[in-house]
Amino acid sequence: MLRIIANRVLVAVPTLILVSMLIFGLQKLLPGDPVTALAGEDQDPQLIAALRVKYHLDEPVPTQYALWVKDVVRGNLGASLRTDVPVTSLIAQKLPVTIQLAVMAMIFAIGIGIPAGVLSAASRGGPLDYGANIFALSGMSIPNFWLGIMLIFIVSVRWHLLPSSGYVPPSEDFWMSIKTMLMPAFVLGAALGAQLMRHTRSAMLSVLRTDYIRTARAKGLLRGTVVVKHAFRNALIPIVTVLALLFGELLAGAVLTEQVFTIPGFGKLIVDAVFNRDYAVVQGVVLVTALCFIVVNLFADVLYILLNPRMRRS
Amino acid sequence: MATPAAPVRTPAVPAALPRRKRRGLAKFMRNRAAVFGAFLVALTVIMAVFAPLLTHYDPVQASFLTVRQAPSATHWFGTDELGRDVLSRLLYGARASLLAGVVSVGIAVVIGVPLGLVAGYFGKLVDGVISRIADALLSIPFLILAIALAAFLGPSLTNAMAAIGISAMPRFVRLTRGQALAVKAEEYVEGARAIGLGHGRIIVRYILPNVLPPIIVQASLTIATAIIAEASLSFLGLGQLPPAPSWGSMLNTAKDFVSQAPWMSIFPGIAIFLAVLGFNLLGDGLRDALDPRES
Repeated sequence: MLRIIANRVLVAVPTLILVSMLIFGLQKLLPGDPVTALAGEDQDPQLIAALRVKYHLDEPVPTQYALWVKDVVRGNLGASLRTDVPVTSLIAQKLPVTIQLAVMAMIFAIGIGIPAGVLSAASRGGPLDYGANIFALSGMSIPNFWLGIMLIFIVSVRWHLLPSSGYVPPSEDFWMSIKTMLMPAFVLGAALGAQLMRHTRSAMLSVLRTDYIRTARAKGLLRGTVVVKHAFRNALIPIVTVLALLFGELLAGAVLTEQVFTIPGFGKLIVDAVFNRDYAVVQGVVLVTALCFIVVNLFADVLYILLNPRMRRS
Repeated sequence: MATPAAPVRTPAVPAALPRRKRRGLAKFMRNRAAVFGAFLVALTVIMAVFAPLLTHYDPVQASFLTVRQAPSATHWFGTDELGRDVLSRLLYGARASLLAGVVSVGIAVVIGVPLGLVAGYFGKLVDGVISRIADALLSIPFLILAIALAAFLGPSLTNAMAAIGISAMPRFVRLTRGQALAVKAEEYVEGARAIGLGHGRIIVRYILPNVLPPIIVQASLTIATAIIAEASLSFLGLGQLPPAPSWGSMLNTAKDFVSQAPWMSIFPGIAIFLAVLGFNLLGDGLRDALDPRES
């Protein structure tokens, strides 16, 4: 088992190296010379030369990459070109906001998606199954930023039930913080819940077809006991992997949700950076996102091995 | 004197394809959800192609006498903040969405499928390198990668399509590679190799036709994802630029007028929802019809 885990970790290393190369390569897509843009209107040759040395742009590309990686490994992702604040500090400021949104969204997604998937599979072909499938397809087809706009219109503008935008840290006012995040978390969680429902349904259906479920039924066990105790526990194994895969969509969805509800999180940071042409911040955010995604997937792989007795024994 | 080479008879690709196709089509037609999906897709295509015939309003020309008018007999879906007819912007906006969906998936298929075929067929080092590159691209969430690429390439519909296509490409590499790995072990491929056919011919004549059905299904589902991605990028201001109409950029403007002119938000959202739902239902129906495991 340890060998399998070590193997998974080893496979993640070249992926990480390639991701870093891709992200470093992004800046090479920029049209024109970045130094001339930084030098301002005067285009003083001495300043241009100094900037070239400062950003190592006088070095060959492989050396530039090696120097960039050296900085990244030390936790130095550069500084914002606009505010000169270190990118790591900016990310550290914004990340807790997005984590709160992501955790609340996951609660919605799991709370909606897994029970709907289990019920749908248990009543295959029935009205519940059709209802759950319509919910899932609709959830996957509605753009979450539009759902956000519509909820703002109905819940905030018409009914005055929840605030339409903004963010209150939990340390300042816990209940207000939850109240402000409810709508964005639902918007983000509903789409994930829809996908989770489909995966749960599919995992449950394949488990419900197995011989041991037929045996459990033949023994006269209650339908609920068979579904929850025997089938669901075994269907959980692939669902764990799916949850890890959905983490990437959660981060991507957060970009749009934060934009609609004006939440000052990780997603808003990247969008603002894009419009301010703050490329160091864009690179930093993409790198941290990819790193989180790789680590979460690695964690899910290990968890899958630990949860699956057949893998554990090998 | 060289003896003339005996004519080489290439092994037949598994027969019964026409019958399988007919059975697949019949199965598709029996699936009401899939037929409804195909109808929604056809409706979107008709909107995009015949937009100039379906409306006489200019989608770009501002008219300050008709600013933010509610839906009426003159303007069925109302007007926007510049007095433009929302319905005509919606009809012309279908072009951007469809174009983005089809072109970006085209880019993903054209790059991803050959790479997947080569990785699956040759295996070893080639597979290792291609698979690691695909893994690296997959480890950056689809929309984040598209945003980053659109940011560095600059905002425009063309760059958004390129960004979405590159971001979707690794899905096709993975899918095709897996399918090619399974097909290359089949007897008819072994037979083709045994009579000395070149790798290129084996890949094109024997492997590609047999890996196509899941690729078609994936393409249909990815068009749905690409339409949402284009709308998302345009919503963020990184796709279609104003005043050209696109459903995402219409929603970007509409969000600031949600309390005064909700129709500006309602109709573009419904349009995206129906188009994406159409491609999702179509993809699901195709999967049920083409995948023998579903029967």
